[in-house]
Amino acid sequence: MTADAMKLLATALAIGLGAIGPGIGIGIIGGKAVEALGRNPDAESPIRTTMILAIAFAEAIAIYALVIALILKFT
Amino acid sequence: MSEDIGPHISIKAEKIFEIFGFPVTNSLITSIIVTIITIILAVYYKKQTTASKKNGFYYLMKFFVNSIYEMFRSVLGDKIDKFFPILFSFFFYILLQNWFGLLPGIGSILIRITEGHEQILVPLFRGNNADLNTTLGLALISVSLIQYYSIKYMGIKGYLKKFLNFTNPIMFFLGILEIISEISKVVSFAFRLFGNIFAGEVLLTIIAFLVPVLASFPFILLEIFVGLIQALVFAMLTTVFISNAIAEHH
Repeated sequence: MTADAMKLLATALAIGLGAIGPGIGIGIIGGKAVEALGRNPDAESPIRTTMILAIAFAEAIAIYALVIALILKFT
Repeated sequence: MSEDIGPHISIKAEKIFEIFGFPVTNSLITSIIVTIITIILAVYYKKQTTASKKNGFYYLMKFFVNSIYEMFRSVLGDKIDKFFPILFSFFFYILLQNWFGLLPGIGSILIRITEGHEQILVPLFRGNNADLNTTLGLALISVSLIQYYSIKYMGIKGYLKKFLNFTNPIMFFLGILEIISEISKVVSFAFRLFGNIFAGEVLLTIIAFLVPVLASFPFILLEIFVGLIQALVFAMLTTVFISNAIAEHH
């Protein structure tokens, strides 16, 4: 296997594996937010704000993997 | 000249020219422009607050400031008035940086510079938060502020006790973990902002090369949203960390 092929594989694996965890996390956050909304429909706006913030934190982990992938790809 | 006709993507900012050996990169040029815009907006808003007849800009900004104020007050409580100026400055500056990077012409106006012996084309402007140096600078400011307020509110003794605690072995190892968590705050602040904005730029560039017409439109809307959310997350995280740092531990 050449070094270039190795690099492409590493890029794909970095973002592919790195997206698994945040994907599960965002799913759980969204599901729980809908559950909370079902219990208490009046609290929609604080739930939405908290949910978006929590999703942004979960997404940041995927972004770390993406940064690694981009560094591998473009340097 | 580069022979490949693919999209121009560079992970670091490119040097445009030098002033007395100080390299001026394309992201620095954008940064200076955005800083001037921020100052002008702030001064204009300040002027409007005392004017007898206020215009629409004043009420738009007031709505913005009010909603952010309410959101941060739910975290900081009655100490909000002390911290709000710096927190809102973080929010507003990062927001303007993110949105300025989406304007047409940023990244698409190319100029020719000489590097070594060959001439290359580099973009004149670059979204400033797509440069790791900028976000690292913002992160360092934010984390230094957290340490400063922690010392100010808990005293130097209380501050050091958080990191060096010899009362029992568990507290000693928790202190080491605290030191690591302070350092990792810098990295996580810097990479979160840089990653989101840079990934957005790469996404827009790739989409524009795949489908030249109209396909980038929903993605630009997405990037406007992401820019707002990331600015909010940066300011909100600083708020939460400050409120943790100034709280008395028992």
